[in-house]
Amino acid sequence: MSPFTILPVLLPLIGGILMLMARPAGIDTQRILSLILTTLLVGVSLVSFQLANSDIYQVVLLGNWQAPFGIVIVLDRLSALMLLLTSLLALGALWYAIRTDTDKQGQHFHVLFQLQLFGLNGAFMTGDVFNLFVFFEVLLIASYGLLLHGGGRLRTRAGLHYVVINLVGSTLFLFAVGTLYGILGTLNIADMAVAVRNVSEADQGIVATAAVLLLVVFGIKAAMFPLYLWLPGAYAYTSAPVAALFAIMTKVGLYAIIRVHGTIFSEEAGDLAFVHIEWVLLLGLITLALAALGVLAARALRRQVAYLILASVATLMIAIGINNEAALAASLYYLIHSTMLGAAMFLIADVIMKGRGIYSDSFTKAIPIDRPIVVGSVFMLLGIALTGMPPLSGFFGKVMILNSALNHPWFAAILSVVLIAGLLMIIAVVRSGSLMFYSVQKEEGQKSSPLNKSAFVAVFLLMLVSPLMVMFAKPLTDITSQIAGQLYNGQAYIDAVLSTVPYGDNSK
Amino acid sequence: MEWLIASVICVMTGCGVYLTLRARTFPVVLGLTLLAYAVNVFLFSMGRLQIGIPAVIDPAAAAYTDPLPQALVLTAIVIAFGMTAFLIVLALKARSELGNDHVDGLHRSDDELKATKHNSTKTETERSES
Repeated sequence: MSPFTILPVLLPLIGGILMLMARPAGIDTQRILSLILTTLLVGVSLVSFQLANSDIYQVVLLGNWQAPFGIVIVLDRLSALMLLLTSLLALGALWYAIRTDTDKQGQHFHVLFQLQLFGLNGAFMTGDVFNLFVFFEVLLIASYGLLLHGGGRLRTRAGLHYVVINLVGSTLFLFAVGTLYGILGTLNIADMAVAVRNVSEADQGIVATAAVLLLVVFGIKAAMFPLYLWLPGAYAYTSAPVAALFAIMTKVGLYAIIRVHGTIFSEEAGDLAFVHIEWVLLLGLITLALAALGVLAARALRRQVAYLILASVATLMIAIGINNEAALAASLYYLIHSTMLGAAMFLIADVIMKGRGIYSDSFTKAIPIDRPIVVGSVFMLLGIALTGMPPLSGFFGKVMILNSALNHPWFAAILSVVLIAGLLMIIAVVRSGSLMFYSVQKEEGQKSSPLNKSAFVAVFLLMLVSPLMVMFAKPLTDITSQIAGQLYNGQAYIDAVLSTVPYGDNSK
Repeated sequence: MEWLIASVICVMTGCGVYLTLRARTFPVVLGLTLLAYAVNVFLFSMGRLQIGIPAVIDPAAAAYTDPLPQALVLTAIVIAFGMTAFLIVLALKARSELGNDHVDGLHRSDDELKATKHNSTKTETERSES
């Protein structure tokens, strides 16, 4: 145990408070402070990643209460990967927000941004289901503020839907947690995993119900069919940097499924082992099919990108649903890819939208944008990566996922849905790209606004993740298979959490 | 007593779900509040229903009731309270910005009209206007 472990959670919280106090000093001070804090968070996440890069779990007992009586914060390989991914993504989104003055469109952007990171990092590190609920609420309330930041009619309406569905989700979360507590008598994930093995036959049905209810809650966060309808509106109508940051938000739901369901309902859980997994696979397949149709049917670029995000989440659900170590490793590779590239796609949609003036991002003939070759090439590369075409990272991720499904009884369904959805998405993205960049017409009185070069740097750097992920595929897949190996060894997690002794207690 | 508590939770949840599915924002807010009440009572009852038994250590007590659900309920109440306050403000904002209080009304905002205008083929008059 190292006291450093808790820093990724504490830093953004302190940052948010600092940012609130820095408000009288003006937006420039806040910006500099925010950039420093987020860069610092990248550094802290890197150190955490290094710290977790062993088979030792870093466990912090909050309030120095022994688990399962107190709340624990656990840092393992998966948490560390999510922390690093979040902080890198946040840095890109923050840079773009600052260079495009998005943060000036309303109040408290930087405060909400830091608190959002606090909620995310907390959710990635907690080892307690009720604490997970609390961190979900923290990240949600910050996300409500960020989503509505800047105002506007469509944004308000989409925000209202987002808030209502998430409040329903919170209520369901409490029902599920309450039921699990009522039967298992504990809320610590590790302790629950032990308790679930000894559930009497009469109570197994109730525990299974609670498990599936919990899946519904995480399904709302992850935008799983039929609970994804909030996503296209919310992501399409919010500001671009916020949408880019939200690329990690759907992954929080997936993370929670891997962590909570994966640990509690693992193969040691007896009759309740993998009670959720077929649902994840089936709903993932349906979500992917519908997301591909959504990509095809979208009439504006931002909505199309939102459906592309949905498709990537659905692919991840399928990978989790295949339920073997190779599939989980592949899904983590794909998770890194889809988070970074999805964010970049939202940002470039914003670049294109701003360049087209009054035509915004609707799929229609419009004036040519500034520097079409630079923007167009980046758009093309992002399109290739996100639709899963060779030679970029999306292709590698999909190949690994399909490869791990070879012996799965549903292989035919998985293969056909993934490939057909990929084809539909390619058609749609090619069509929208050719419309945006080739079908242009100069008009008098309509001038394209010049490209914001310094903001574009963020898009370019996020895009670079894809070729880098291909170049360093070997070390990266080594890391993801290590993570998957650790996750499938749930007993080590349970032992590590339950055997941690309070600080200063030498009695054992 | 179990029967009474269970039916109270049932009625509140039922009303909450019904109201949440209504088309206007105010019933939705009320529905979510009712759902929050229902889940609070539900959480409370998860420590098993007992009468007149202390939750904190008392040397004279023969048995204890589980104090943890009570702590959970307190947290849940605070969070639900804050969220409801936020939702009411948001509903008011939506009312003033959208011009009606429908959650997902047929009211088309100017922004959407503008977007569809660009999608349709432009007539000569529109072209000269723009």
